Amino acid sequence: MLAFVLTLVLLLGIVIVLAYAERKVAAFMQDRLGPTEAGPYGSLQSVLDVLKLLQKEDIVPAAADKSLFKLAPILIFAAVFAGFAVIPFTPDLVPAGIGIGVFYLLAIISLDVVGLLMAGWGSNNKYAMLGAMRSVAQIVSYEIPAGLAILSVVMICQSLDFQEISYQQGALMNQFPGLEYEINWLFGLEALGINTTTIGGITTWNIFRAPMLLVAFVIYFIASLAESNRAPFDIPEAESELVAGFHVEYSGFRFAVLFLAEYSMMVLVCLVAVILFLGSWNTPLPNIGPVSLAYWTTGTVGSVSGILWGGFWLLSKTFVLLFLQLQIRWTYPRLRVDQLMHLCWKVLTPIALGVVLIAGIWRLLMI
Amino acid sequence: MYCVKMNMEQKAIKHKSGFWDVVKSLLSGLSLTWRHFRNAKNRRTPEYVSDENYFKQPEGLVTLTYPYEALPVPDNGRYRLHNEIEDCIVCDLCAKICPVNCIAIESIKVTEDIGVTSDGTKKRLYAPVFNIDMAKCCYCGLCTTVCPTDCLTMTPVYDFAEIDIRNMIYHFSDLTPEQAKEKQLLYEKQQEEMAAAKAAALAAKKQG
Ligand code: SF4
Ligand code: SF4
Repeated sequence: MLAFVLTLVLLLGIVIVLAYAERKVAAFMQDRLGPTEAGPYGSLQSVLDVLKLLQKEDIVPAAADKSLFKLAPILIFAAVFAGFAVIPFTPDLVPAGIGIGVFYLLAIISLDVVGLLMAGWGSNNKYAMLGAMRSVAQIVSYEIPAGLAILSVVMICQSLDFQEISYQQGALMNQFPGLEYEINWLFGLEALGINTTTIGGITTWNIFRAPMLLVAFVIYFIASLAESNRAPFDIPEAESELVAGFHVEYSGFRFAVLFLAEYSMMVLVCLVAVILFLGSWNTPLPNIGPVSLAYWTTGTVGSVSGILWGGFWLLSKTFVLLFLQLQIRWTYPRLRVDQLMHLCWKVLTPIALGVVLIAGIWRLLMI
Repeated sequence: MYCVKMNMEQKAIKHKSGFWDVVKSLLSGLSLTWRHFRNAKNRRTPEYVSDENYFKQPEGLVTLTYPYEALPVPDNGRYRLHNEIEDCIVCDLCAKICPVNCIAIESIKVTEDIGVTSDGTKKRLYAPVFNIDMAKCCYCGLCTTVCPTDCLTMTPVYDFAEIDIRNMIYHFSDLTPEQAKEKQLLYEKQQEEMAAAKAAALAAKKQG
């Protein structure tokens, strides 16, 4: 229960910062100022937006399917929020550390699609329906390259547990029960003869332990943009053609929940990308001989320093990815439906299959 | 020549469609937005177009936070009207030429000498009412061109929005209603006296 509340509060905080950052980043990239009036540099803008939304009338259209319409936002948010349960925030802080976390995450995120369809269908509005259909088609297809990219990580790490995957990517690996005698080689190749187990830092991140995971990372990142309906894959909400897609009929508190779910989804996919590819809560600084930067910037597991360092690295890496998401949104135009499907089925999926194959072979070289 | 150009264009298009070219153009897009993001610490200064710096600020944020900052307008900007009532001879020319009839003038003849305007024209009328409705005004400037004493001018003030539209009517008269009444009575009294004097003179003539 405490984990639930803490995660929710943390998530709300991140989402509010993100909503503010989105406006400021968008403004700066377009040579504008963004919000300036509410609080210093407009920093209270997103808080005020939330307060405004909560005061609005909660309109349920007369012709809507009321029960579906009312349930959909809660289901969408619940599906996304449930994904946070298995995210390890620090070396010893996981809301729910289950052994099949990766599998659970993929499964529970898919539930999102059901909520989107409920919202689109329940609104009884052609734009909402079209938006929901596009959204579902897009999310379902992009789950394949994303899933394959995640699969290659799972093959390299031989684990479905996020925490175990995290431990493998740092100097603390041998402290995890079951990994006491594991050894990290540079690029995962024992033949090179460079033992990085105690060097840690960036050399043990998954994209360095197995270099083809860099390709997997790019694939996963592109697919995750599509899964969170972000530009350039935002045809489900395409403001210029569909008004706002599946949430066009929502207002007030329910809209706030949908908005929150959308931004939580962004945060979640970035967290997963960081955990699977970019070293999770591990520091990027390696131990170099006597200068044990990695140990200094990791803290001790189980103490406050460990929690603070872990949380700091995880969140800062996540924010870098989130910034990239924002920048991509304000750089690229929206893809057409056929281009979207072309990219998914003819480009990303074959490459992802190739990466899975190479990952399998690489794993054989690693042991 | 034309043919050559066509060929070049086609080649250019073909050249840009490979995988690496797509990656390159995607990256150059990102670098463009990144450059703008980095330049966001600079801001344009609110300067007039004739200032030397005006065209030398290609980078940075262009927004001005308007009520706090504003682009300067020319000194001879033709926006809100102003009447220097001291110099007005109440000739009614401005009201007559106004295409939208937004100037309302009433006049009272003076009974004594009230001086001259700054350009030496003798003032013969009071203006108890001199109202210009800025909400109706189309800022054509005709009234200022006909004004014989150049007392009606356009000023560079452009931000004078009001909550209540009645406040858009500008009152330029320097007489209070009481003063106006007094002047009116004075004038009527003078007329009566003159009429009486005239009648007396007429009677004297008849007798004589
Ligand atoms: S500027 Fe034109 S419209 Fe305005 S008061 Fe003068 S004559 Fe009338
Ligand atoms: S034209 Fe000039 S002098 Fe004549 S009434 Fe108008 S403002 Fe006064």
